[in-house]
Amino acid sequence: MSGSDREAAARRLLEQTSSRSVPPEIHAEAVRRGARMLRRRAVARRLLWLLMFAAAVGFTVWALTARPWVEPPSDTTPPLTSW
Amino acid sequence: MRQRHASQETRRAREFEAFVAGAAGRLLHAATLLTAEAPDDNPRARRLLTLSLAHTYACWDRLRGEDPYDRTRQYLATRFARGAWHHHGGLGRSRPHPASPLAPLTPQERLILVLRLYEGVAEEQAAALLGLSAERVRAICHRATTALLHRSRGPAPAATAKKAVPS
Repeated sequence: MSGSDREAAARRLLEQTSSRSVPPEIHAEAVRRGARMLRRRAVARRLLWLLMFAAAVGFTVWALTARPWVEPPSDTTPPLTSW
Repeated sequence: MRQRHASQETRRAREFEAFVAGAAGRLLHAATLLTAEAPDDNPRARRLLTLSLAHTYACWDRLRGEDPYDRTRQYLATRFARGAWHHHGGLGRSRPHPASPLAPLTPQERLILVLRLYEGVAEEQAAALLGLSAERVRAICHRATTALLHRSRGPAPAATAKKAVPS
């Protein structure tokens, strides 16, 4: 028995006993779960954008109040008074 | 914006329904072969198919010309492979039903046999999908085919052999 014959015989064995009747609740359940996955993804995306926006706003407010680019006043050198 | 969203949703629902009507029978049979359950009592296969179809539904708008059947089959195969690994020898392991032609095979042999022979996936593709080498896939497929044919014709050769020995 050659390889292709064996494969054909095995294929026939796999093809048989197929009732081919699909219960309709599979479609409904798949749509329900798929829609839920889509909804969750949309919510997660929205949350992530919101978080990024909040972080950007927070950083801007902090930068404007703390002004980290301004040189801090020195307090190690004593002030010159009597020259 | 909302209107476009709604029209996209109805289009997706329509296309998906047509796809399921065409493909679900074949996929359910493949899933039943994978789980080695009886054709009329296959809760695991149904669950596997439902989850795969839900995954396809969720990425329907991002398929971009890719074949949804192919995508569903890929997800089905990888999910089954993962599940078989997790259940290996564990409590959740289900016993294969004797009515299934693939009952005596291991989950991996069933998976490769179904992909290669029933679905006609190329050796290289199946190997890439499962993370095995093409030679290994060929060897497993060969072994599984032998086991399957031997089992289906099981008692007959043994009987002739017995008869042949005394004469």
